[in-house]
Amino acid sequence: MVLDVQKLTMDFGGLRAVDHVDLHIKHGEIVALIGPNGAGKTTFFNCVTGMYKPTGGEIGAGRPEAEIQSIKGLRPHLITKHGLARTFQNIRLFPEMTVLENVMLGRDCRLTSGILGAIFRNPRTRAEEEQVVKDSLVILHKIGLENWANEAAMNLPYGAQRRLEIARALATEPFLLLLDEPAAGMNPHETRQLVELIRRLRDEENLSIFLIEHDMSLVMNLSERIYVMDYGKLIASGKPEDVKKDPVVIKAYLGEDVSA
Amino acid sequence: MNYFTEVVLSGLTRGSIYALIALGYTMVYGIIELINFAHGEIYMIGAFTALILASVLTIFGFNTIAILFLAGIIAIVYSSMYGYTMEKVAYKPIRNSQRLSALISAIGMSMFLQNYVRIAQTSDFLPFPRIIPRFPWLSALPVSMSSSQFMIFSSTAVVMVLLTLLIKFTKIGKSMRAASQDKIMAKLLGVNVNKVISLTFIIGSATAALGGILISSYTGQINFYIGFLAGIKAFVAAVLGGIGSIPGAVLGSFVLGLTESFGAGYISSDYEDVFAFIILAVILIVKPAGILGKGQIEKV
Amino acid sequence: MTQRLNELRRSLLVSLWFMLLTFPIMVIRVNTITGTVRWRWTNLAVIGIGSFFISVVWRYAMQRKAGEAQAVGILSRVGERVGAGTKKIGAVLDIPKVRTRLVGGLLAAAVAYPFLNSMYHTNIMITALTYVVLGLGLNIIIGLGGMLHIGYAAFYAIGAYSYALLNMYFGINFWLALPIGAALAGLFSLLIGLPQLFGIDMRLQQTTVFVYFIMLAVVILTIFVVHRLENSRIGRQWVAMKEDYIACQAMGVSIAKAKLTALGIGAIWGGLVGVIFAARTTFINPASFTVWESVIILSTVVLGGMGSIPGVFVGALVLMLLPEYLRPFAQYRMLIFGALLVTMMVFRPSGFIKKRRKAYTITEAERQSVIKAELEDDGEVEE
Repeated sequence: MVLDVQKLTMDFGGLRAVDHVDLHIKHGEIVALIGPNGAGKTTFFNCVTGMYKPTGGEIGAGRPEAEIQSIKGLRPHLITKHGLARTFQNIRLFPEMTVLENVMLGRDCRLTSGILGAIFRNPRTRAEEEQVVKDSLVILHKIGLENWANEAAMNLPYGAQRRLEIARALATEPFLLLLDEPAAGMNPHETRQLVELIRRLRDEENLSIFLIEHDMSLVMNLSERIYVMDYGKLIASGKPEDVKKDPVVIKAYLGEDVSA
Repeated sequence: MNYFTEVVLSGLTRGSIYALIALGYTMVYGIIELINFAHGEIYMIGAFTALILASVLTIFGFNTIAILFLAGIIAIVYSSMYGYTMEKVAYKPIRNSQRLSALISAIGMSMFLQNYVRIAQTSDFLPFPRIIPRFPWLSALPVSMSSSQFMIFSSTAVVMVLLTLLIKFTKIGKSMRAASQDKIMAKLLGVNVNKVISLTFIIGSATAALGGILISSYTGQINFYIGFLAGIKAFVAAVLGGIGSIPGAVLGSFVLGLTESFGAGYISSDYEDVFAFIILAVILIVKPAGILGKGQIEKV
Repeated sequence: MTQRLNELRRSLLVSLWFMLLTFPIMVIRVNTITGTVRWRWTNLAVIGIGSFFISVVWRYAMQRKAGEAQAVGILSRVGERVGAGTKKIGAVLDIPKVRTRLVGGLLAAAVAYPFLNSMYHTNIMITALTYVVLGLGLNIIIGLGGMLHIGYAAFYAIGAYSYALLNMYFGINFWLALPIGAALAGLFSLLIGLPQLFGIDMRLQQTTVFVYFIMLAVVILTIFVVHRLENSRIGRQWVAMKEDYIACQAMGVSIAKAKLTALGIGAIWGGLVGVIFAARTTFINPASFTVWESVIILSTVVLGGMGSIPGVFVGALVLMLLPEYLRPFAQYRMLIFGALLVTMMVFRPSGFIKKRRKAYTITEAERQSVIKAELEDDGEVEE
């Protein structure tokens, strides 16, 4: 198991956005979290990645080869350092930095050089910087963005920006990649490419993947297990084909047009 | 009268004045998220205009009540005009730039107005005329309150009540609340946001000018620099109460006024400013958004 | 034509408004002792005419800024030429050879300066250089770190006081105090504590030229350090933090640490210069370090161009040298300064010299070589 969430609860004032949700992800799995708008999916994500401090419950995570540790309530940067990397629903790149620099920033949490190193540019710092550039280029190559390396991130086409977010997340060396609506705003062709990319990353990079998605065809096609949330509560979970048939889910979310 | 009541009264006096200035800070911040560094200068200009007018009217032989009303009202109108013009010149053109630009512009405005008054008038302290008449019936009260203090308390109370009514119950008040929450949405719903912002500056400037006139007639002297320190103190009060919140500004002002007064009265008057900043530090550590401020959760 | 008339009419209205607005303060001058009033009508005329012309220029500049400049005869042509000229200068400065020569020339001029000028001018230049360092230091905090800092002068003060106290009580000399002052200022800034305020009189003879060269060395050191930091891992964190701090922390950067680093490093320069200031003037008191001092340093940074090293350099030199050489206008110095700040923010918020970040780019050859190596590692070379 790489992620184990138990009875996670998050209150905003009087509103309970996430209500005692249990969820786990095994090594190498692709798991999706779905639900209607306002069901609490993104809040759940934000609790896991440390953007919000959960009100109650427990979150444990750890590399497949290591023990699971509690990461509940840690600051976001520490959770990333622990090995969970995320993308955002509304793309959050560093718009004026180049594509290469965006990925280099992702490497940052694995670097060790300090202020004195920066000022004196000692051999160790220089070597580290060279290595960062190399590693970043390799990641860009994997994602297929190496031709854009010197371009400012904001000049990229939409689909490429989404992929750059994934590249940047990969640069942090995660064991679990959390994707918040990765296909939002993509056309069918781009979505197909994305599905391929996610599968490839899971296989080649030894990753587990956890995604929130609205695009039903993508979810059914890609994920191995699905959790369904509604009004902050978990209402169903299981294999895509089972979830699809679950009357509770259909009632809450899928509607006739999708199940048909 | 015992010493304790005296200290409380003095604290309430300060608090009232801080509240009158802090209102402008907090209203402007609430609506355009700008720390209007030049707000203290409006207060100073209000006091100066009142002094000039009162002196001229005295020379022309008007009686005290007429001077009080004419000088007071014209000075308040003038300060509002300054506030309105300041917004149009220095803040409106950069409303969409980064917030630091607006702050620097405000700092520039503050320097400009201070030196404008210094050069056009004087850098010396001027004696401020006693435009507030003596109210003989005040001595009948159990606590001895000076007529200036009485004027300060009653004006502050009236302003607070009027402002609350304005914001809660009038159409303008609704527009203000709407614009402070979401300017684009307010615009789409037909609120004239530019007008609302101008009005905010006008109201804030008017209350600051009122504060300037009242405190000057209480302390009896002014110079071009009085706006700076008062502005900083009122800003501290607004932050203390939770910047952007009107009741917060009032509460913060009284907390600050009383703290200073008690610090000066019972410990040492040399450190009165130090107490102000200690209380600010303590409250901001315990409640970073201020006493009545709301913490914000950023949507991701 | 009607449009132009319309513009003039509006400027006339503006002029009338300002005449009304400034009437009590500009025209009436009351002598409170003798109880007489002087009516200064000439001031009214000056305001009327002045605000009319300023309004015309302001309105024109506003239109230009909005990108809808209708040709208003000669004004627009001049404007265009100036615009084209600045662009050309920028392009020329990008050529490395020109850059090296320019920097060399500046350096030579700086070294020769105290020998070609009198003590008086050298002293003024020392003050200007002091503000260059202070500006560059504050620039790390606001320009690079993206934090607003009003109390910068406090760091400067801490440095100066540390020196004064160490010198007084422990007989520690200037050279030893320099790093200690810097370190102390850096440390204290992190604690954001109030400096211990004592008034101290002390004697220390330093020749002006000696101090000048120390200042010059500090300026060069500052530029060097800032430049190195900008182009390092820390600089990258700062840029990312300013562009999107949420994404930045989600990528594993500790925002608190990055900000404290900027604050600490920025404060060091304040402390360093404070030590030199105290040694040079041999007398300090709390009045030397007011909020206005901080405001002026902040203004040099913003006017020059936030985040830009040459910008801050130019900003500090202009702001410190102009008033010194415009003594006749000394009375109006702060007035003009204030107006300049407002105008600058309205029309050129990025300052004299706009920051141009040097993005990290790679050449095609570098890219190819890395990717080739990667493919070989994977054993998938298809050539």
